[in-house]
Amino acid sequence: MRVSLFIPCFIDTLYPRVGMAMVKVLEKLGHEVDYPEGQTCCGQPPFNSGYWDEARTVASRQMSLFRDSEIVVSASGSCGAMFKKFYPELFQGKPEEKEAARLSAKSWEFSEFLVSKLGVTDLGARFDGKVTFHDGCHGLRELGTKQAPRDLLRAVKGLELIEMKEAETCCGFGGTFAVKFPQISTAMAEVKCNSILETEVEYVVSNDSSCLMQIQGYLDRNSPRSIKSLHIAEVLASE
Amino acid sequence: MSESAIDPKTQFHADADVTTADTDRRAFVRKALGGYKTTRAKTESAFTDWEQAREAASAIKYEGVNHLDTILTQFETNFTARGGKVFWASNSQEARDYILGLCAEKGVKSIVKSKAMTSEEIHLNAALEEKGYGVIESDLGEFIQQLKKEAPYHFVFPCMHLKREEISALFEKEIGSAKTDSPEELTMIARRFMRRHYLEADMGISGANFIIADTGMISITENEGNARLTCAHPRIHVALVGIEKVLPRLADLALFLPMLATGGTGQNMTCYNSMYAGPRQEGESDGPEEFHVVLLDNHRTRLLADPEQRDALHCIRCGACLNVCPIFKNIGGHAYGTTYQGPIGSVITPHFKGLQDWKHLSGASSLCGACTEACPVKIDIHHHLLHNRRNAMKQKPVWWEKLLWQGFAWMMNRPRLYSLAIRIAPWMQKLHPIVFGSVLDPARGWTQTRDLPEMEPQSFSAWMKARKEGRK
Amino acid sequence: MTGSRDAILGRIREALRVEAPHHAHAKIATGNAPVTAPFREWLPAVGPTEADRVALFARLSEMLKTEFIECADMTSAAVQLHRLVSENGWKKIAIHDGKLMNALLAKTDGTLETMSADGSYDKFEMEQCDAGITECECLVAQTGSICITTWSSGGRALSVLPPHHIVIASRAQVLADLTSAYELLAQKYAGKYPSFISFITGPSRTGDIERILVLGAHGPKKLTVLLVP
Repeated sequence: MRVSLFIPCFIDTLYPRVGMAMVKVLEKLGHEVDYPEGQTCCGQPPFNSGYWDEARTVASRQMSLFRDSEIVVSASGSCGAMFKKFYPELFQGKPEEKEAARLSAKSWEFSEFLVSKLGVTDLGARFDGKVTFHDGCHGLRELGTKQAPRDLLRAVKGLELIEMKEAETCCGFGGTFAVKFPQISTAMAEVKCNSILETEVEYVVSNDSSCLMQIQGYLDRNSPRSIKSLHIAEVLASE
Repeated sequence: MSESAIDPKTQFHADADVTTADTDRRAFVRKALGGYKTTRAKTESAFTDWEQAREAASAIKYEGVNHLDTILTQFETNFTARGGKVFWASNSQEARDYILGLCAEKGVKSIVKSKAMTSEEIHLNAALEEKGYGVIESDLGEFIQQLKKEAPYHFVFPCMHLKREEISALFEKEIGSAKTDSPEELTMIARRFMRRHYLEADMGISGANFIIADTGMISITENEGNARLTCAHPRIHVALVGIEKVLPRLADLALFLPMLATGGTGQNMTCYNSMYAGPRQEGESDGPEEFHVVLLDNHRTRLLADPEQRDALHCIRCGACLNVCPIFKNIGGHAYGTTYQGPIGSVITPHFKGLQDWKHLSGASSLCGACTEACPVKIDIHHHLLHNRRNAMKQKPVWWEKLLWQGFAWMMNRPRLYSLAIRIAPWMQKLHPIVFGSVLDPARGWTQTRDLPEMEPQSFSAWMKARKEGRK
Repeated sequence: MTGSRDAILGRIREALRVEAPHHAHAKIATGNAPVTAPFREWLPAVGPTEADRVALFARLSEMLKTEFIECADMTSAAVQLHRLVSENGWKKIAIHDGKLMNALLAKTDGTLETMSADGSYDKFEMEQCDAGITECECLVAQTGSICITTWSSGGRALSVLPPHHIVIASRAQVLADLTSAYELLAQKYAGKYPSFISFITGPSRTGDIERILVLGAHGPKKLTVLLVP
């Protein structure tokens, strides 16, 4: 099938390898990858700050890029949640209301797409290492993603999945929260990273790169040992 | 927390700076709440269908709150038929004045109290003490906080932040007891201290968990028995209750009592769940001569008038949202600077005390949603935090933030400009070390405590474009 | 003085003129009608027979630290009472008048010193009692609770003031769940409820200090249920 990718701004700029990995995985499965040009941002930053008019300005244009898409897969749980859960609320009572509903109905987060839509868990990937999975809150609680990433990771040859105690606890990123309330955000990062360090893992994997930015940022500054963060797409694309 | 001249937001940041730096205390609080998580999971799993129970609880609360006028008048009719008295207080002042008036009129000298967050809300103890009435808190946690001259830390576990050594030192200082490191002995010290107060107090003041409309009762849930004792022998019983605490039928308690217990402490059922229907009736051997229920509005009708957030009034004050909130666990209950802490407190406080002054509580959240997931009555808590942010900005936009997001939207809608910006960005990052961590650093909020990732020279969009054009 | 009754009701009515969305719950199967009876389908399950109920109550009692003793008859219940008296060195017990109570006391050896909680009683005398015995409205298997009221159990204080509470109850009083208990209360008292009803679930407890469980915070430290046929 033709899968349209939504690659949010920070993955575009900071974590392009995540997008590249998604393309590789989807093409390996025999699907046509479509990347509508002119994508920028889903509008979550102004949305979370309460500036919904500005969020709508951005979101409306973003929606129009996917008008002709059959399926839209996003690289991140939080941006995916914008498409799936929040655009309908944002555009309630507005002319774009129906379009938002249509987009929501055809949107998927990456790991959920693989497991629930395509019915695939084994991508023939190989990744040697001890890994723990961090549940991004938007994916977990807005989109209900819990088992899919774990099923995918368990099928990767050489990978040992170890659960951390605070897997479901928020990492403290929360968008602008991370800089508006840095002392709280950092305290939450500390709790998350200590939980990771309590396990023997060398890698922390998530389905949300913004979480990984927070976690890696804290680990690089504070961790006594080297732990690398990876998006699940990167693990699934490894051979 | 006393009223200060500093605005609430500045005070909040200052307090959060201190409490988030207290690693020891944070670990202690986290450990305490870790136990809750395990216990609650076990209790929930015993339910045949926990999710359906939540749906029903949500529906019943919806029914009660959305018929609040008829429900409250039904309660009043049924309750007063048995000799109870109902006083409708619009605000803190009216509630305090009524209770003070009762004390004066009835020759009250000593008062024993069981836990009532509404009494914290209206600053009742201070008003009573100012007029010379002796007030003793009977709930162990509240008793400890009263001695410490501190507000409750958590509205279900008032002193959960304190270690036993601190409590022992407090008792030694304030009531002259012997030093001990046994929680059991500390509890017995408080028990022995309280006995004569239960027997000698003229008035017992309580809160209530539920107002029951069809039979005209109030229901009080507790583990210690101190509320039962507060309402047994004193000749006057006053219950101070928020108007929103309604349930249509007595039989609804069959659902709500187990759910309140599960959400609040992970118990199947709290130790004592008591329904009070009136003062001592004919043929009864004990109980108060007078029973007054003070119904407190105090801005609840303001929240009622916001249909989008009206379900925040469904809250049964179980504390589950506090128990799971990473913000609460890391900043502690006092940093909120207000009566109702945690996620639900962050939703309702802007409505009760002013949106512009208190919107920062709704802002101080990563919107993780753990609260909404934990809520037994399915209040959409974390989305209401977002709604408060939107309402605050609509009412009074912060000028530079408005400009920032307008600029952001303008740029994000111009893909060519965006592409240019992201091509320049890696070069800008190379210059970043010059200002890194200093006051000139635009990313200082981040870089003070965390590193930033290094930008790749080629963005994803550039890579896709190159691929499409046959280049690499 | 009723205070600001009209003002508050006015504000409520004004606020309720706009309907709130039902976003948390689907309108449950019954449409807009209130939800009550189906509680049983969602709360923890209770088996269908009396034996199931008693077994569940026994299991929960163990968890709650309620001493639950099934007695072959009233004579052995009286033996249990005497055991408690001698083991604990009790001097005086508070009681109330009632069919089961009188039957129990009739089987004791007449050496027990008691005080009555019926009529007017001296609260300081009750405070000196070592234990209080009461009957109850019913036992609730689902939660391991004892339902008492002022009229079934000698008032408000008898079951909470003395440091050990003993309940004398019969097997037929073991009901399945809270819904059954409320149905019983409605049947018995509708239109003329006692001023006080309570569900007691285990001895008094607190977790206020370091979240460590301590029994006997302010209410009874020990709770014993003597179940006769």
